[in-house]
Amino acid sequence: MSDPGDNLRRLTDLYRTMARIRAFEETALAAHKAGEIPGPLHVSIGQEAVAAGICLNLRRDDRLTSNHRGHGHAIAKGADPKRMMLELYGREGGYCRGKGGSMHIADFSVGMLGANGVVAGGIPIAVGAAQGLKMQGSDAIVTCMFGDGAVNRGPFLEGLNWAVLFKLPVLFVCEDNGVAAFTRAASVTAGPGVTDRAKALGVAAITIDGNSAMAVDDAASTAAAAVRRGEGPRLLHVRTYRITGHTSTDAAAWRPQEEVEEARSRDPIARLGAVLAERGVAPSELGKMIEDAHAEMAEARKGASAAAWPEPGVAFEDVQDTGAVAWSKSH
Amino acid sequence: MVEVTLIEASRRAALQEMRRDERVWVLGEDVARGGLWGQYKDFLAEFGEQRVVSTPISESTIMGAGLGSALVGQRPIIEMRIFDFVMCAMDELVNQIAKIRYMFGGQAKPAVVVRMPHGMWRNSAAQHSQMLEAWFAHLPGVVVVTPATPADTAGLLVQAIRSDDPVLFFDPKDLFWVNGEISEPIEPIPFGVARKVAEGDAATVVTWSAAVPVATKGAELLATHGIKVDLFDLRTIWPWDEGAVIASVKKTGRLLVVHEAVEVAGFGAEIVARVVDQIGPANLKAAKRLAAPRIPVPFAPPLEAQVRLSPEKIVNAVKALIGA
Repeated sequence: MSDPGDNLRRLTDLYRTMARIRAFEETALAAHKAGEIPGPLHVSIGQEAVAAGICLNLRRDDRLTSNHRGHGHAIAKGADPKRMMLELYGREGGYCRGKGGSMHIADFSVGMLGANGVVAGGIPIAVGAAQGLKMQGSDAIVTCMFGDGAVNRGPFLEGLNWAVLFKLPVLFVCEDNGVAAFTRAASVTAGPGVTDRAKALGVAAITIDGNSAMAVDDAASTAAAAVRRGEGPRLLHVRTYRITGHTSTDAAAWRPQEEVEEARSRDPIARLGAVLAERGVAPSELGKMIEDAHAEMAEARKGASAAAWPEPGVAFEDVQDTGAVAWSKSH
Repeated sequence: MVEVTLIEASRRAALQEMRRDERVWVLGEDVARGGLWGQYKDFLAEFGEQRVVSTPISESTIMGAGLGSALVGQRPIIEMRIFDFVMCAMDELVNQIAKIRYMFGGQAKPAVVVRMPHGMWRNSAAQHSQMLEAWFAHLPGVVVVTPATPADTAGLLVQAIRSDDPVLFFDPKDLFWVNGEISEPIEPIPFGVARKVAEGDAATVVTWSAAVPVATKGAELLATHGIKVDLFDLRTIWPWDEGAVIASVKKTGRLLVVHEAVEVAGFGAEIVARVVDQIGPANLKAAKRLAAPRIPVPFAPPLEAQVRLSPEKIVNAVKALIGA
């Protein structure tokens, strides 16, 4: 198998995806600070290589479940940032018609089965989706993204056990930024950690550098292929760093500045940019990709801020077919 | 027509639907060996181990995996073994299944049936006897089915499996061995249509699930005293047949709601409130609930009897209601 790192076009795609994720979240953060986006906003700045590197190895009909920090996963899986931004603004035309917001972006048309506001909530759903696909004789696989905090919840144990028992096509990805909300994950996680837990249940698992898009791509390529061949679940433990706080209103002043600076020196976008430059991509081309990404997201912001709110009646739709509409009409 | 037990009626309904639609599958503890009560007897041999899946004791994942399969187009029957264990899967039920269609703007179709053998059952004590259906009527996004007869169980289960809504199906476990006639093939029964069990104008009695045969016996006893009541088995408590109940109370002026569950904050309170709201207090001479005291269900038979309904309790409640 050829090293995907040799493929310049592949690396350029990775770079562009990361640039778009970063631009989307920086734009959303600015809009949130300006009071244009309501509610909590969890961004993943610094973690872009994980989303980009994993999803580059997925087909459109592969499914993905995500967590509360899922903008990057959605963009990398193929969701439209314009519709995502509309949803963040709570406007008509957003993916969830203004009923989900940042934490519930879903685009079933590209296999993105939704972000989840409950830590580990996507794990049982992912194994069930995989079981359904297997029943249908499909060779599509399911990727399950969760954070280091999720490995201390029961569904992690249940879901891995289940995926092994039924030999399901699930690629588990533990996106480890070291912090569960505001608490250092290491301070609340017993034992040697996620890969050992996975191995104890019979899931092949490795730890990789999540700030190297090439490393993530490489590992995901191998793991996704094994899962697709029907060899059962795999787990990737991907170490990365969350540059920003838990939510947009958390300045993360509780972290030592040196730690953040050190992490910035490992910024996944700059790192891949250096590799691309070394291989002969002109700095102006890299700059253009970043500029284009910002222009795209600025356009999305402009569109979202000018878009109409959903009609009030939308609040009563999509509840259930039986027994919802009748009630709202009788009151 | 054929006469079968209630549990056999449910087995035939699931069998019919699994034969009709290959997307239907069943998952839960011990289902491959036929289920705890034989409700999936012989399913494994006919449908194979991909569609009849005995799972680990992992309620969160039984519930969540059922949902996940629905998101890729399957139609799972999620078997919870007994109702009380659904509490181990509350995130998956309340935060995921009930919300996913709404919070994703209609993209998700959580077509799941969650079967939960429910209610008081032969001295099984506090963790195997609960009646918490009111919790789920309170939860937007789900249908709440509470049948009491073989025919209704069969017809409502067929409807549940065909429904695109998540359906919480409260199998009445204390009535599993009651006999009754079912049609073949089994026709679906629409949700939200009550069954009128008895006719009269002294009072309106509304009930569901395992309280139905008790209330039926109570109505028969009352009739021997010359007191005839309108008795409704709601069959589903969300949606519930508000129209039938209100029309009856307009006629009788008196309402008694009977349920097995704890009276405090039970679904009976919702029915009384709704009736008062719709017909006005001036048109209602009396409204009462007859339900369980706010205690966990105890083990010993004489203690359990404190919680259990009886035909005599219903007779006394109706007599008090009409001042007889």
